[in-house]
Amino acid sequence: MVIEKDRRMIRIDLQLIADMVVPGSRVLDVGCGDGSLLDYLLHEKNVDGRGIELSMDGVNACVSQGLSVIQGDADKDLFNYPNSAFDYVILSQTLQATMAPREVLENLLRIGKRAIVSFPNFGYWRVRASLALRGCMPRTKTLPHEWYDTPNIHFCTIRDFVRLCNNLEINIEKSLAINSRRLGSAIGSRTFAANLMGEQALFLLKRNSD
Amino acid sequence: MENDPEAQANVFLGVQRPLRLECGVELKNFPVAYQTYGKLNTEKSNAILVCHALSGDQYIANTHPLTGKLGWWELVVGPGKLLDTDKYFIICSNILGGCMGTAGPREINPDTGKCWGLDFPVITIRDMVHAQAMLLDHLQIETLFCAIGGSMGGMQVLEWAATYPERLCTAVPIASASHHSAQNIAFDEVGRQAIMADPDWRGGNYQEEGTIPYRGLAIARMVAHITYLSEPSLQRKFGRRLQDRTAVTFGFDADFQVESYLRHQGSTFVDRFDANSYLYITRAMDYFDLEGRYNGVLGDAFRNTKTRFCVISFSSDWLYPTVESRRIVHALNSVAANVSFAEIESDNGHDAFLLEEPEFWRVLSGFMDGAAEHFGLPNYALSKTD
Repeated sequence: MVIEKDRRMIRIDLQLIADMVVPGSRVLDVGCGDGSLLDYLLHEKNVDGRGIELSMDGVNACVSQGLSVIQGDADKDLFNYPNSAFDYVILSQTLQATMAPREVLENLLRIGKRAIVSFPNFGYWRVRASLALRGCMPRTKTLPHEWYDTPNIHFCTIRDFVRLCNNLEINIEKSLAINSRRLGSAIGSRTFAANLMGEQALFLLKRNSD
Repeated sequence: MENDPEAQANVFLGVQRPLRLECGVELKNFPVAYQTYGKLNTEKSNAILVCHALSGDQYIANTHPLTGKLGWWELVVGPGKLLDTDKYFIICSNILGGCMGTAGPREINPDTGKCWGLDFPVITIRDMVHAQAMLLDHLQIETLFCAIGGSMGGMQVLEWAATYPERLCTAVPIASASHHSAQNIAFDEVGRQAIMADPDWRGGNYQEEGTIPYRGLAIARMVAHITYLSEPSLQRKFGRRLQDRTAVTFGFDADFQVESYLRHQGSTFVDRFDANSYLYITRAMDYFDLEGRYNGVLGDAFRNTKTRFCVISFSSDWLYPTVESRRIVHALNSVAANVSFAEIESDNGHDAFLLEEPEFWRVLSGFMDGAAEHFGLPNYALSKTD
């Protein structure tokens, strides 16, 4: 028998993502890890959920708990999906690890009517301080890797990301800066404070075309 | 029959309406031999069709009548096992063209009263699936909870999903492909040539002439068997170790263990398999080209499908490598089908699906449980409670 785990307890940043998803919708979680968010959405929000995960361990963990997950990666495996196949495509803490973040972002909003994207904010004051004062590549709780073994190859700040969305004519429906206590606050049109205080950022995006 | 946990039956199908084969020939009043395990529930919602591979047959979880060995999927099918016969009603029929009781070259042609031999029409994977669907009609089962199979069994599963999507809740093609590659066809051709080069094959007429092309079929099996294993597993099992001797004999006896093993594989196979059947079945596999039928767009085979898929491959399988499974997954993604896909790390090669592979079982059982929950299958122990 499957041991029933407490589905109401998920990481706070995942909870913030889950809160953006309308119940009963079609969701693709890109980089779904061990499937915690997908499992939560499936059972608490009754979504039709799918996942893509790079690591085989993650995939096997997901499928063996009954989740529809394939082994694949955001750079290569989004092209196969048809337009508007999903209501939401989620990319949580993965954008900075992709080869071509811009193409990935465009693909997210091609196959999903909306995209939910979260990433570590490189404009966070501790990151800035590490570079400015210590002269070292930053290592924080959300960015624990050394520069030589990090999977994160395309860092951006909240301000950079907003600018890319503007360039791509993507609507930002909601945006949250998440501080070190994992509390979210709305970013709003003035990004200066959020870009300084937000350790992570979370965006709900919508295509401008419809 | 339905009260027997393990039931064996033969039925004649196509009595009223013949089966029109892809080659154009109509097959009427033809036998299909099958086995069932477990019990069909009152909703008829717990039926699983296991599709067997080239050298398999309907004896998945009971003693084989010819070899006396355990069924080929004994590890997976049975009470309390992954495909739990206390929960599911499991059906496996000998494929069309086979040699364990279903119509094939070894069976009697009702028009002539003699063995079909090479007069048997060339059949395809699709024909096999049509025959299975006719069997389900006979059993009055409209919808399968699952069609599952490895290798050529997986091809039948894909064909099921393409041809009868409304009759299939879940589809599990394992270590399989949506078409035969040039390499697949090449190996099959070597096997067929070995059989046909055996003087005892007698132009396919060996049954009438009272011979058996043992050597040809054994060689075909030896070649094929190499493709079912992986280089590391061969190396691990045999290395360069010698067979019952301390030095090479400077002759052509089986000096090496691997030679002896292959000879054994070949000779035991001919005791239970028919050479002409081998020709027909490998031909059916070679002809299989699902995307070809859909003008090169595999996704079109699965458009609007409601079936849930679980595609599984094994890392060391070079006969149906992961890239073939991934092709299927991409096609399913292209039509936004519900699909899970896992590549299982294993050095057991293609044969891994038949062996003890805990990770494979873990993934498969998670998928089955998830699907059973999704499709509202009544939980466990149907036969225990009533």
